[in-house]
Amino acid sequence: MATATLAGITVERDDEGYLKNPNDWTEEMAPELAKEMGIDTLTDEHWKVIRFMRQDFQEKGQVPTIRRMKVAGGIPVKDLYNLFPKGPAKKAAYIAGLGKPHGCI
Amino acid sequence: MKHLLIVGGGTAGTMMANKLAPVLDSDQWRITLIDEHETHYYQPGFLFIPWGIYNKQDVIKPKRDFYPSNIDVIIAPIEIIEPDANRVKLADGRVIVYDLMIIATGSRINPGETEGMLGDKWHKNIFDFYTIEGATALRNFIKYWEGGKMVVNVVEMPIKCPVAPLEFVFLADWYFTEQGIRDKVDIEYVTPLPGAFTKPIAAKFLGEFLTKKNIKLTSDFSAGRVDQENNTLYSWEEEAINYDLLVTIPTNMGSEVIGRSGMGDELNFIPTDPHTLQSKKWDNVFVLGDATDLPSSKAGSVAHFEADVLFENIQRYIDGRPLKAAFDGHANCYIESGFGKGILIDFNYDVEPLPGKFPLPGIGPFSLLQETRMNHWGKMTFRWVYWNLLLKGAELPIEAQMTMAGKKRV
Repeated sequence: MATATLAGITVERDDEGYLKNPNDWTEEMAPELAKEMGIDTLTDEHWKVIRFMRQDFQEKGQVPTIRRMKVAGGIPVKDLYNLFPKGPAKKAAYIAGLGKPHGCI
Repeated sequence: MKHLLIVGGGTAGTMMANKLAPVLDSDQWRITLIDEHETHYYQPGFLFIPWGIYNKQDVIKPKRDFYPSNIDVIIAPIEIIEPDANRVKLADGRVIVYDLMIIATGSRINPGETEGMLGDKWHKNIFDFYTIEGATALRNFIKYWEGGKMVVNVVEMPIKCPVAPLEFVFLADWYFTEQGIRDKVDIEYVTPLPGAFTKPIAAKFLGEFLTKKNIKLTSDFSAGRVDQENNTLYSWEEEAINYDLLVTIPTNMGSEVIGRSGMGDELNFIPTDPHTLQSKKWDNVFVLGDATDLPSSKAGSVAHFEADVLFENIQRYIDGRPLKAAFDGHANCYIESGFGKGILIDFNYDVEPLPGKFPLPGIGPFSLLQETRMNHWGKMTFRWVYWNLLLKGAELPIEAQMTMAGKKRV
């Protein structure tokens, strides 16, 4: 675990770089986190996903799965993979300041 | 007179009926079990059918043979469950009112979730082995197959029995070797996970087995669609994998009746307390086995360990006592590895599979995270244990909670 400064605010991050506390996150941090994931520019489509994830996390208390983003968020799976290549659930959660999604056994 | 309703008479529901029927006071409680099918399938046996080790007759028995005699059994499809009104409506119009309900409606494959899967070539050169129809159709294909490229693909997690697809490729390696055509068969294991299995130590151990057996591992592959015409499996990112024979482990989902009743998540699994097994939404509803949304394996062994905890919690609920948060995610899986050998893993929510001896620390006779002949015999003997002890709710010499005794930290 380490602390880091994102958009001028000091936050705690876990070993893989996910924010420890989702409440530390501000929208200003997203572009920096996105760059760390290899995404240079966040478009409106990216923001639609990020905002859905934030809102769903607030309501449900867990990071939404790809299927939940499709069913509840109305975001086609194909779009998710185009926007966040190689692991959209993990990357989008990272940028949205949420913890790493729990894998299943 | 109060009414306990058990919805689902598969492994989990049958075990629960057998445990509760002898102990609930019959002057105060009656028990009804609802299921829509008459036949009980020994699902762990499906794995062996494509290789001609088991046939259909080896894995089926009438469900009624396993229900206790002093409960009511209704064989009929359910229209809808209305937990806010404590009642269940059957498709034939009957209405069943309950005081306490246990849901054990399981999970099943849903190949239609993947574009192009259910075309003309479904069960021609694309098969599942999680249904009796799929496993027997695949047997007929493999019996006469002269070789080519076999791709085994897990579409998405979670799936029932997460080790079964690995066992399938291990057995394929053995079978085609025995048939003398292993050099004509390419085997590729394609998974959305970052490795052969979820947990790091077991993933490494099982990954080495794949390498040793000359099975290609393609990880981080999220299957998006099947192009049946060109025998190609595509990921969501348009990576292409060609096959001659595609064995798919399709999307697993809970029962449609759970979806229709608004009781489940996106996959029709029911939000459930991971330690007490009580529904998160309805106090008088408990959930058991594959029907839950728990981050545990969907497997008979898990249902068995859950049943021990639920047996106690149902009695506590009835007696107005606080529930015991005793379920720890314990799973215990024999992994058939081919050539008459097997591997055993034992783990829970927090502790990943570790090497050691089981069930007696230091003695065994089974070995954890090691390949032995004894583990294979454990797997083959399990069918007898399943029909004669497990379903009947008998005590097995294994604690519901996982123990560290006999395990080695690595």
